[in-house]
Amino acid sequence: MQNKKSDTLEGAVSQIHDGATILIGGFADPGTPEILIDGLRDLARRDLTIVINNPGMRDSGVARLIEDGCVSKLICSFQWPRESETFMALHDAGQIGLEIVPQGTLAERMRTAGAGLGGFLTPTAVGTALADGKQTVTVDGTEYLLETPLRGDFALIKAFRADPRGNLIYRRTARNFNPIMAMAADFTIAEVQEDVPIDALDPEEIVTPGVFVDRYHVTGWYEIGKPRNAGSAGH
Amino acid sequence: MSEQTNLLTRQQIAARAAQDMEDGWLVNLGIGMPTMIPAFIPSGCDVMFHSENGLIGMGPPPAEGEADQDLISAGKELVTMVSGGAYVHHTDSFAIARGGRLDCAVLGAFQVAANGDLCNWRLPNQTSGSVGGAMDIAAGSKRVFVMMTHTARDGAAKIVAERTYPLTAMKVVTKIFTDMAVISVTPNGFVLDEVAPGLTADDVQAVTDAPLNMDAVGTIDVAA
Repeated sequence: MQNKKSDTLEGAVSQIHDGATILIGGFADPGTPEILIDGLRDLARRDLTIVINNPGMRDSGVARLIEDGCVSKLICSFQWPRESETFMALHDAGQIGLEIVPQGTLAERMRTAGAGLGGFLTPTAVGTALADGKQTVTVDGTEYLLETPLRGDFALIKAFRADPRGNLIYRRTARNFNPIMAMAADFTIAEVQEDVPIDALDPEEIVTPGVFVDRYHVTGWYEIGKPRNAGSAGH
Repeated sequence: MSEQTNLLTRQQIAARAAQDMEDGWLVNLGIGMPTMIPAFIPSGCDVMFHSENGLIGMGPPPAEGEADQDLISAGKELVTMVSGGAYVHHTDSFAIARGGRLDCAVLGAFQVAANGDLCNWRLPNQTSGSVGGAMDIAAGSKRVFVMMTHTARDGAAKIVAERTYPLTAMKVVTKIFTDMAVISVTPNGFVLDEVAPGLTADDVQAVTDAPLNMDAVGTIDVAA
């Protein structure tokens, strides 16, 4: 039977190539696939476009990817200069692109991509600086922005449990963007705290069906948001 | 007016805003002062709090030793889940916001204009900004309450006739709670509903850059 488990971290992420667009789950620390990000750093790819709600701060993995010079563009909803001095320095020097997207629009653009749709109309950001260059459409007297799908070559997500087919469940607010990003990439890689045998997950409670998951890697529990040494040794 | 002493504390502003939360509401709280509101909701008033990172039924901070690293608010604080709550993913969370399921959002602001325009995501001189969920929530909530100091640190008015800061959402603010006053935003502009004890309507008007209707001004109840 199909088994999407990757026994090694390297095996889980090695297909990621230079120039890839990568969706990375998480809202702040919960749900951020820190181990997969470590694995991505080890690959030292270049010219990556990273889509993440808030590219963390200080010692977080994505901040380190940026410091390593792996990232050419960041698409996010929340980029707080005080939390990411390296990013702001590169951005001000024109060495890294930034696209700020309202959080709900960011999520829906990926859902739309995953659902095979060509875009959607949202009232969010009408009349603001984030509407610049975007088409507006009026429906029943209300003005909307036309937003387009946002698809990834890869998604790196985090879940609580996986079964061999890649069916996933999540934990509390670590769910956040992960089920959406799983849908929206050509190749979705999950890190999971634990794996369980087939039929151990209740089909009524599966959040992400395995059809959206290409590979998973089991990490065990770890304390989130703590700086880890460069490299993936020990995982 | 006597300097500073008549300004409400942050707790008093939160307590006053909490008086406007109605039984049965689902409410989203912005980062900062609005997160102080739940402590002032009277028992028996069933208000649920939505946090856009996927939490319906956000509870108070965890007791010592009971924190769960996977359970945080949109403000990145450790929180708890109340009885009857639910976890959702991000598109459901924002369907709740844009789809009109939030009875109220309480947000901070840099500026509020007389037509209800909200400015709270970026300063005029910033090249990047941190919009987060503010635009979606402000655009979709049934009501938007603003909770803020009446003036900026440099004394500049934040309640203005027309905005000069970057826009978050057009014509959405319905009520403002400050350390000096409670002000409603109406089709005819600002209406001064209440002033802090010890202040006059003229005190408030003097630091507001838009005309206030002062036909029926009460006093904020800070005893509660």
